[in-house]
Amino acid sequence: MRWHDLRPIPLAIMVLACAPQAMAQSAYGIGRAATPAEIAGWNIDIGGDGSNLPPGSGTVSHGREVFEQQCASCHGDKGEGGIGDRLVGGEGTLATTKPVRTVGSYWPYAPTLFDYIRRAMPQNAPQSLSNEDVYAVSAYVLNLNGLLPGDATLDAKTLAAIKMPNRDRFVSDPRPDVKNKACVRDC
Amino acid sequence: MAESRDNRVSTSRRRFLRESAAAGGAVIAGGLAGGAAMAQSAAPKADNLPPNIPEWMKAPGDPMGSQLYGTPSPFEKNVVKNIPKDLKQYLSASGRTPLQELDGIITPNGLFYERHHGGVPTIDPAEHRLMLHGLVDRPMIFTMEDIRRFPSQSRIHFIECSGNPVYTKPYGKTASDLVGLLSCAEWTGVSLKLVLQEAGLKPGAKWVVAEGADAAAMTRSIPIEKCLDDAMLVYSQNGERLRPQQGYPVRLLLPGFEGNMNIKWLRRLHVTAEPAYSREETSKYTDPMPDGTAREFTFYMEAKSIITRPSGGQHLAEPGFHQITGIAWSGHGKISRVDVSVDDGKSWQEAELQEPVLTRALTRFRLPWRWDGKPAVIQSRAIDETGYVQPTLAELLAVRGDNYYYHNNAIWPWRIAADGEVTNALA
Repeated sequence: MRWHDLRPIPLAIMVLACAPQAMAQSAYGIGRAATPAEIAGWNIDIGGDGSNLPPGSGTVSHGREVFEQQCASCHGDKGEGGIGDRLVGGEGTLATTKPVRTVGSYWPYAPTLFDYIRRAMPQNAPQSLSNEDVYAVSAYVLNLNGLLPGDATLDAKTLAAIKMPNRDRFVSDPRPDVKNKACVRDC
Repeated sequence: MAESRDNRVSTSRRRFLRESAAAGGAVIAGGLAGGAAMAQSAAPKADNLPPNIPEWMKAPGDPMGSQLYGTPSPFEKNVVKNIPKDLKQYLSASGRTPLQELDGIITPNGLFYERHHGGVPTIDPAEHRLMLHGLVDRPMIFTMEDIRRFPSQSRIHFIECSGNPVYTKPYGKTASDLVGLLSCAEWTGVSLKLVLQEAGLKPGAKWVVAEGADAAAMTRSIPIEKCLDDAMLVYSQNGERLRPQQGYPVRLLLPGFEGNMNIKWLRRLHVTAEPAYSREETSKYTDPMPDGTAREFTFYMEAKSIITRPSGGQHLAEPGFHQITGIAWSGHGKISRVDVSVDDGKSWQEAELQEPVLTRALTRFRLPWRWDGKPAVIQSRAIDETGYVQPTLAELLAVRGDNYYYHNNAIWPWRIAADGEVTNALA
């Protein structure tokens, strides 16, 4: 492509910038279309509301087995923590001088548990668990926190329906929250 | 010929090993790096001092090509990343820039601070892909060659970890221990706005969920306003391709936003109406207040500064003239002023700012000072173009309480003892 072939591009960008609703054409024609199958394979984002949770289900009891094999060496047999984060307990501690932040006490959204376990755990082999195993481990961790009964089965619908205890305690960033004076003498 | 050159090189290596051992060269990394580096010239050999001709002038030096990439002088070998030796594990961990050893505003690539959540992946750029999907007219996939075809730009910006430092003791000994999760580079890449326009944003696009190709599949949600402002897809740093530790082959750059949002090894941008509420942005990078609430989406790094010379771990050899110098920065824009106090905060003087003063970049400040040899406490205070004044640690704690974790931008004083030793005045 010669230089003069490129000259219309800045004009095209100006038009696009002024009229976002008119962005039917790409300005540079760089890249290719992503197919639905490619997107489905890579899009592992689970929304806080449970959007994009996959089919499948898992029981608390199966989750206990998977947890013992895959998770307990870092998080402790009962999620009490070790090399990995503590996962259990801490309710009622957030307003004290010794807050214990766990899935049960701190996490605002239950589907985030599925998202994180699937994408990043276990640390030595992330994205190796089946969706069923991830549902099961999520169910077990929620059960350890008293948020699911021991005979429960977790799936997309039931996981999204769980209201986490700390859901309403997150606030937006109010900074600047400290107003220091720039005094130069006798401060 | 080859044999004699080998001899010469090995002679020089022996000489270096001998001298660095004598200078305490066994001390590596950690909080002692500053002191060790300053002590290297402690015992000069008289043979190399005037009026004698130094030995390095009496024979040719190393031949061209003996270092095809290049490394610093062997006498600077203690200027390395500051990596704690007592970490629980090294896959999700951080290493600090030795700020007190550096001049100017640019961090050399090998010393840029690191923070990883699932180790450092080795990624073949020919096999790396960036997917852009969600609320766009045209979901797309880009190769690295595609990304480099877009019109490029280069800009100088800092990146700082939001936990730099925490609010609780023990505080660090050196500037690096305290705020070494901070670095600044010239970044080259593509305006993210341009790439988003290529796909066409749909109405309702409010957030972009960015995901890394590391083993943590690190995920953060970014407001669309930032993505359409100064965000970049970056592939080069200080002129060369990104180091693996900095996200090779491509990372996100969000000038002024907390470090972990600048997703490294970027593989996917998901345009959404809502944030993902990922584990990182709910359970991790949030700030607990004393009443049990927690602040979320605390993106900006507020104005801050630190004196790097003289600073903790260093030593003033004698009273008399010393230049005070350090760095200041703000996630909200340019630094407009830096004040320095040499009397424990009783009075302040305006420091000279070195040009260029760039938005969301480190700014070097300097103040000439005559030390009278008496104990002193020195500190710096940054003011940015929004008028925000860097607060004291006490002022921060009074508002945020003891459970707060990130975004500690407190003024940090250094104590200078009568013998010239410099230590952390709050430790």
